[in-house]
Amino acid sequence: MDIDRKLLEHVAEVARLNLTEEEINKFLPQLKEALEFFSKLSEVNTEGVKPSFQPVEIKNVMREDEPKECLSQDDALSLTEHKKDGYFKGPRAV
Amino acid sequence: MNINEFIRQVKNGEIDIVKHTQKIIEQCKKINEEHNYFNTISAELALEQAKEIKKLLKSKDKSIKGKKLLGVAVSVKDSICVKNVESTAGSKILKGYEPLFNATVIEKIIGEGGIIIGKTAQDEFGFGSFSVNVGLGFKIPKNPIDKERTCGGSSGGAAGLAKAADFPHIALGESTGGSIAEPASFCDVFGLCPTYGRNSRYGLIDFGNSLDKIGPVGKTCYETALLQEVIEGYDRNDSTSLNAKNGNYNTFLKKSLKGMKIGIIKESFGEGVAPEVEKNVRKGIDKMKEEGIKAEEISLEMPIKYGLAVYYMIATSEASTNLAKYCGMRYGAIEKLEGSFNEYFTKVRSSSFGAEAKRRIIMGTFARMSGFRDAYYIKAAKVRTLIINEYKKTFKKFDALASPAVPVLPPKFSDIEKMSPLQNYMLDIMLVSPNVAGLPHLSVPVGYEKGLPVGMLLTGDHLQEGKLLQLGNVFEGN
Repeated sequence: MDIDRKLLEHVAEVARLNLTEEEINKFLPQLKEALEFFSKLSEVNTEGVKPSFQPVEIKNVMREDEPKECLSQDDALSLTEHKKDGYFKGPRAV
Repeated sequence: MNINEFIRQVKNGEIDIVKHTQKIIEQCKKINEEHNYFNTISAELALEQAKEIKKLLKSKDKSIKGKKLLGVAVSVKDSICVKNVESTAGSKILKGYEPLFNATVIEKIIGEGGIIIGKTAQDEFGFGSFSVNVGLGFKIPKNPIDKERTCGGSSGGAAGLAKAADFPHIALGESTGGSIAEPASFCDVFGLCPTYGRNSRYGLIDFGNSLDKIGPVGKTCYETALLQEVIEGYDRNDSTSLNAKNGNYNTFLKKSLKGMKIGIIKESFGEGVAPEVEKNVRKGIDKMKEEGIKAEEISLEMPIKYGLAVYYMIATSEASTNLAKYCGMRYGAIEKLEGSFNEYFTKVRSSSFGAEAKRRIIMGTFARMSGFRDAYYIKAAKVRTLIINEYKKTFKKFDALASPAVPVLPPKFSDIEKMSPLQNYMLDIMLVSPNVAGLPHLSVPVGYEKGLPVGMLLTGDHLQEGKLLQLGNVFEGN
């Protein structure tokens, strides 16, 4: 799979990044080189192999659902200036 | 001074811990002016802790007697949360973030009387091997042996300070794909990356959730083992925490090496490996042989051939999802609320992430996108299974595997600038696979060449940190 300028701009948009012209020109050949190298994974026969999403298998980790003390609303809001009436304040949705 | 002797003197009052802590904070400031190992020096917290220890000693509080780290300075990689101390993971997007809680490992260290002296420099979110990919506005740490060279990364500040500090100190690092062993090898210190899940990740600012491990970096094998013993264990706040028996490393450090079997990874020598590195690692293997190990050459096909590709696909995929939460709300960097959701988030992220963070977010987003996901991310996760299987088979025959930690001596900053990202990634070839497989690994200083240190990598089976420390202890005082 080759990554071109159009695809790079699309991926950046999905990732909520605005790339400058300079960044696009720098990243494009670097990403092409890296992805070409990573493509060599396709030569490995993985038929019937299960994917590992973590390296050490742990199964069915459960615990009792006991209510415990947690962050207070005031504490949770203490790390930002963007708040109003006890809520986080975000940019407009529409 | 030997660390146990120091702790003894703190306990019996021969050392005034408050005065001592004041003194080392001044030393840290001085070291930092020259080498940039700290993003933040937590002088206030350190002195508060020292005063508390002094108070408990004065009141002859019984609990103080058994404290394993009493008065020992512990530095913390910036990606590990310390309550009320700015914790940025080296990123501008977390500038000003002062966590409301301690990471589990920090609670344990404070509980054992360790004194938190500050947050150490790193590549932004751990994205690098030379600590040159620091976030916008952060300083690059320098090698303690030669300031024109890198101290490695991403736990660069941790390893640099472990070498440079001449007071009792152990550093807390973090590894996703080699970020403990690599800087340890470049700075002539011991670095232990434990089994995935051995130490709680609660309170760690994530890079790759299935890869991240917190671990110790120390001047001696003993100190490294000591900190590991303090921080390990099951934690209900981390769903991937292992319910394993504690390592009991002290007994391992006393054991002879007689009868241990080491596999020497054939592919880790020869082409692409600096002769100075090879020579010293071979000398290290000879030293272990003198102590009674049996060594045999082995071949590791999957880990060497495909480890790097698997690592970067999985690590960038996980990183891109982790970094999605940084958007200028709730905590960290904020800007004036303007425009729509997407415009605001894009503005904050574009101006706050550094170049390598952007590159990795893009690579990971690409690998997970519909149409590419099966070919890249899922494929990498399947090859990861094959890598784990090959290691597991190998460890039926061997106690540990030996190789160089990094194929080159610590490079100069001027040479790093000329590398492409892929050339840069290639230097992690020996380190990524143990990380992909969640295996414990220890970098051991084995010698100097041209005035620069060489590290040997020892990799063990899951939960076999004890054996690695047993082997590493032979190089104590090397």
